[in-house]
Amino acid sequence: MNGEWGPDEERLLDAPTIRPYVIARGRTEAQDRFDLISLAVTVRPTTGTEIGLDPEHQAIVRLCRRPLSVAEIAAHLDLPAGIVRVLLGDLFDRGFVAVQQPQPEMDVLDERMYKAVLDGLRAL
Amino acid sequence: MAFARSDSVQTPPKMPKAIKLLIAGGFGVGKTTMVGAVSEIRPLRTEETLTDRSVGVDDLSGVEAKATTTVAMDFGRISIGQDFVLYLFGTPGQERFWFVWDELARGALGAVVLADTRRLADCFPSVDYFERRGTPFVVAVNCFEGAPVFELDEVKLALNLSQDVPIMLCDARKRESGKEVLIELVKHAYGKRPTTAAH
Repeated sequence: MNGEWGPDEERLLDAPTIRPYVIARGRTEAQDRFDLISLAVTVRPTTGTEIGLDPEHQAIVRLCRRPLSVAEIAAHLDLPAGIVRVLLGDLFDRGFVAVQQPQPEMDVLDERMYKAVLDGLRAL
Repeated sequence: MAFARSDSVQTPPKMPKAIKLLIAGGFGVGKTTMVGAVSEIRPLRTEETLTDRSVGVDDLSGVEAKATTTVAMDFGRISIGQDFVLYLFGTPGQERFWFVWDELARGALGAVVLADTRRLADCFPSVDYFERRGTPFVVAVNCFEGAPVFELDEVKLALNLSQDVPIMLCDARKRESGKEVLIELVKHAYGKRPTTAAH
């Protein structure tokens, strides 16, 4: 997302949009932090009694026992990707998940990556 | 960059590197079919919610009196051993969602432009987009039954593709065929990658 929304900017919302933004408590600024293919993995399980963690946060922590992309988390939880970015930001800030960003520039130069991917595709 | 916190967390397990590939082309050309054919998981759907402002940046004609628009994208995954995971995203068909394309294309290794010879013009916007952005791409002509058969050179000419853009026939329903297209794409992207010497 472009992160253009001001904090007190008024916007019209249609009904299906409201619920996800309630979950994210109206925050959208964290959306720039994570790509659709940023990978998240749980590094500290929740106890279920933490203050400020919604069921959706807990669901992400449970899902990410194995590394999953933002896109996959969004699909599994049936939430817009932008909301998942916000929730993931919360979990990252509180140390429940580690997030690995894609490294486009390094990858593009990495000859071994191309070779590994080609070999992997051929072996499918 | 990998975010890491030094306090109160276990060492995160080694994570694979995620690589993004795009499958683009006109509406109904078989993008999701191709994603499904090669993906190790059933294609998933993710949604981006856009504000009217984002949607209207390039093309005001598409903006209705609605504050938000939801764009759905289908995607699949191919794990390459323990080290890499490919994510294949079908791009949203409508041109007014360039905004989403920009996000999708950022960091993408390359793109497949699927073409249907019955509606060749439908893939022009995708070709233009990736050419302009400098994203490596290949053109795969999906062989629909009953579609007119053209020589690939003719299609290449019709699309005004530069000589080095690979073009091939494919059957988006078949895993083997989709795999061949992806292999061509990765080979092409490898050839187009900026070399360290150029910097």
